[in-house]
Amino acid sequence: MTTGYFTSVDDVAARLAETGYLASPAVATTVFLADRLGKPLLVEGPAGVGKTELAKAVAEVADARLVRLQCYEGVDESRALYEWNHAKQLLRITAGRDESWDETRTDIFSEEFLLSRPLLTAIRGAQPKVLLIDETDKADVEVEGLLLEVLSDFQVTVPELGTISAERRPFVVLTSNASRELSEALRRRCLFLHIGFPDEELERRIVRLKVPGLDEALAASVVRVVGALRAMDLRKAPSVAETIDWARTLLALGADTLDETVVRDSLGVVLKHQDDVLKASAKLDLDAV
Amino acid sequence: MTARPDHVTDRVTDRVTGLVRALRSHGIRIGTGETVDAAAALAALGLDDRERVREGLAAALLHQESQRAVFDPVFELYFPLGVGGPDGSDTHRKAAGRGADRDGLRDRLADALAADDQALIGQLAVEAVDGFGGYGSSPGSDGWSSHQTLDRLAPETLLARVLAAIRAGSAAQGGEFTERLEADEIRRRIEGFRERVRTEARRRVAERRGAEEIARRAVAPSAERVDFLLAGRAHLDELRRAVHPLARKLATRLAARRRRAAHGSIDLRRTLRGSLSTGGVPMRPVLRRRRPARPELVLLCDVSGSVAGFANFTMLLVQALHDQFSKVRVFAFVNRVDEVTGLLAHGVADPAGLGGRILGEATVTGWHGSSDYGTALGEFAERYLDAVGPRSTVFILGDARTNMSDPNLPALRQISERARQVYWLNPEQRGQWSTGDSAADAYAELVEMRECRNAVQLGGLIARLLPV
Repeated sequence: MTTGYFTSVDDVAARLAETGYLASPAVATTVFLADRLGKPLLVEGPAGVGKTELAKAVAEVADARLVRLQCYEGVDESRALYEWNHAKQLLRITAGRDESWDETRTDIFSEEFLLSRPLLTAIRGAQPKVLLIDETDKADVEVEGLLLEVLSDFQVTVPELGTISAERRPFVVLTSNASRELSEALRRRCLFLHIGFPDEELERRIVRLKVPGLDEALAASVVRVVGALRAMDLRKAPSVAETIDWARTLLALGADTLDETVVRDSLGVVLKHQDDVLKASAKLDLDAV
Repeated sequence: MTARPDHVTDRVTDRVTGLVRALRSHGIRIGTGETVDAAAALAALGLDDRERVREGLAAALLHQESQRAVFDPVFELYFPLGVGGPDGSDTHRKAAGRGADRDGLRDRLADALAADDQALIGQLAVEAVDGFGGYGSSPGSDGWSSHQTLDRLAPETLLARVLAAIRAGSAAQGGEFTERLEADEIRRRIEGFRERVRTEARRRVAERRGAEEIARRAVAPSAERVDFLLAGRAHLDELRRAVHPLARKLATRLAARRRRAAHGSIDLRRTLRGSLSTGGVPMRPVLRRRRPARPELVLLCDVSGSVAGFANFTMLLVQALHDQFSKVRVFAFVNRVDEVTGLLAHGVADPAGLGGRILGEATVTGWHGSSDYGTALGEFAERYLDAVGPRSTVFILGDARTNMSDPNLPALRQISERARQVYWLNPEQRGQWSTGDSAADAYAELVEMRECRNAVQLGGLIARLLPV
């Protein structure tokens, strides 16, 4: 049942931190449970809080191969699961002109002509793997049906070959920005983790880790201002990615402290809508931009 | 699935099942599989670290972030931080406040807030409830009140002191810019303290009355399930934030339905006629021509005080859905009708002020301020009937309380004859329809009236009632 990558919650936190992923207690606990219970992990949350990064970090820590299925509208079975290599099949048929039909037919539907797509790849083989199904909400509803078999029993049925079961369970991470509601059936098969904005202390550590040259006091101010922005009910609240971008910008600008001018000039790095910039400027008492 | 892991004791199993029952009673759907997962999670995590237990159970039992608002308080009741008062005993101080040192506690709280020491703030919340929250003296009529605690302690008045303490401490650093954030930060910390006091009081009460009853009664439902008519300010804000996610969900559902419908069906009559040249063998199937799909929508909203929250939310939702309709027109009324479609378009930037702007800029009231459906419907039928056509779906929003005036049924009949369909969404409980001055049942005979009391219901209704 278990994937067996981790021994305890502390182990998760410590080893993820080594790769540069600072996990909140919620993240560490859920990752450990997903590993221990052998269940897929459904990660939701705003863009830019490190959902995809989490899968990458787990793969790195576990020394596992990362198999990624990027979902988009129109992704289908042949992109997600497997496909028959038609060109090769045709070659095989033309090469064997003299054979009887029975010989040819049984032949061209064998492993050799099967093109493994991410879901099948993640299941086959004995090496440890992390399967990342990214932006699951972007895929059509039909794809969720495909996922159900894979995620509950870790097997894939190819009509011509039969059922292929996992020799070794992959660690599965599904991410979603909740732009479409995922089906109840899919949710039931997963452990649920919502990654929100980190608390102040954690975010400060993340910024210090990702932007090493930044002065500690400045990092703290950046995090505080971002926290204030998040409390403002904006159209797009700044995410951790934006905090880091901002910190990098400030470093590049050579700013030592946050003052009115610096904030006003660089607010566009953090906020992505003009409405938000205006609103934030008003609330922060910046002079008209 | 295997049976319950051995090392989870019966007591813990009871807690988990109790927790699940309480969550279910709040409308969170949890299957047996998830309950088993929860127990397995506890077995894997152990019970030493309460935060881990909380996160583990949430991961196993919940499916959506919005459920967290219900989960957290219920969790506090079933897995309480401690038992009894801060020293472990259930010392119920009858004359609460007399034994406790109010000023001393306030001093310590101010220091803790200034230092943002969360552990200490939590401990002080426990002390505060113990010292100031108890009321009553005889068993059965006594209890713990967060309201009373907060009233006596008045933590919000500490703001200036905390601010001064922080400024004094950080004078040397002189981070001028971040100073302007401090007041808001401290307000948030104080709100955090208040929330902890509420949690603590609930826990103490639960000890006396049993967690199950408190979980059922005292835990607030999530914003989406709050009754429109009962929603307070905080809930309305939360509801407004829920508009866009809800609209997005609805949009995908409507778009999917439209896509499916676009496959079309075979027009048998035309297929057969076309088959004459092939001797009656239908070689070429002819698909039924589809009518233009996007519905036109007309909203007619009562914006009088009693139902304004409901109307505002619905208007914002429809506005957010605008690309799903070929045309949306919104009319607001109290006792006079005015078109507010334009106001709503500007309202996207500032949804909070929408209601005020409608009342301020549109002529929705005449000579008095209470709603009058008869006059409003009549005026609509007279002035804006051309907004309604054979392709439009009309939603009327309101509680149908006419304040004893004439319901003007002919006007509604006139509207419903012109429209493709008319639905009346009523935020009142069905049991209250046609009590007092409500003309609900009279209207319901003419047009279909549905009960619509919270955001979840509204979303479902809009998805179901709209034509493809």
